Amino acid sequence: MITLQLFARYRELLDTDHEQLEYDPQLATVGELRDRLVARGEGWEVLAEPRVMCARNQDMCALSEPLTDGDEIAFFPPVTGG
Amino acid sequence: MAIVVQQATFDPGAMLNQLHASRLGVGAVVGFVGYVRDFNDGEEVAGMLLEHYPGMTEKALGSIVDEACQRWPLLGVELLHRVGRLEPGEPIVFVGVSSAHRAAAFEASHFIIDYLKTRAPFWKKEDTGAGPRWVDARDLDTQALEKWR
Repeated sequence: MITLQLFARYRELLDTDHEQLEYDPQLATVGELRDRLVARGEGWEVLAEPRVMCARNQDMCALSEPLTDGDEIAFFPPVTGG
Repeated sequence: MAIVVQQATFDPGAMLNQLHASRLGVGAVVGFVGYVRDFNDGEEVAGMLLEHYPGMTEKALGSIVDEACQRWPLLGVELLHRVGRLEPGEPIVFVGVSSAHRAAAFEASHFIIDYLKTRAPFWKKEDTGAGPRWVDARDLDTQALEKWR
């Protein structure tokens, strides 16, 4: 299983903050998971934004980060704390 | 070293004092306090909601503080960030650093807030006269990291 987490503008737009996804070994990276989500349409295209940020198991990562079963993957807009 | 994420407000003066309290090796304490402004990007701001990623927030702040401790000889670090509903004039964030000499405390506190701005998972949503809006990240914040490379 992959636990998907969404935050801020993406969470609001997609009206969901998390989702459990079946692990698919064909998806080798976080970026490939992102592409599969974008292909859903209906708002998910937002994850194709050039500035999209992602985290794997609560560490920020690049879209090229390898994906493994059991991962928690988060997508979010650029952060604005402080 | 203390890292706190909380909804409640805080007393910056008390936090500054805590960095010195009965530690006679401390020669310098530097504190940064970030506040909610009542105006941003051409609109009046009536308040804001701060969202975060529980778990990752603490982890990200922890690695920023660890990195600062590796770069400078620090005696203490207090990092507090608020979440939830905030009103104009309220403090949002406190970064406090103590060290034997001033240079380390100045530089480390600057480093911590610069990294927090671009690496810690917080998002601000402002209530403005024109309705609620998510705050956009500023390129200046990303550029600010250049000086620490």
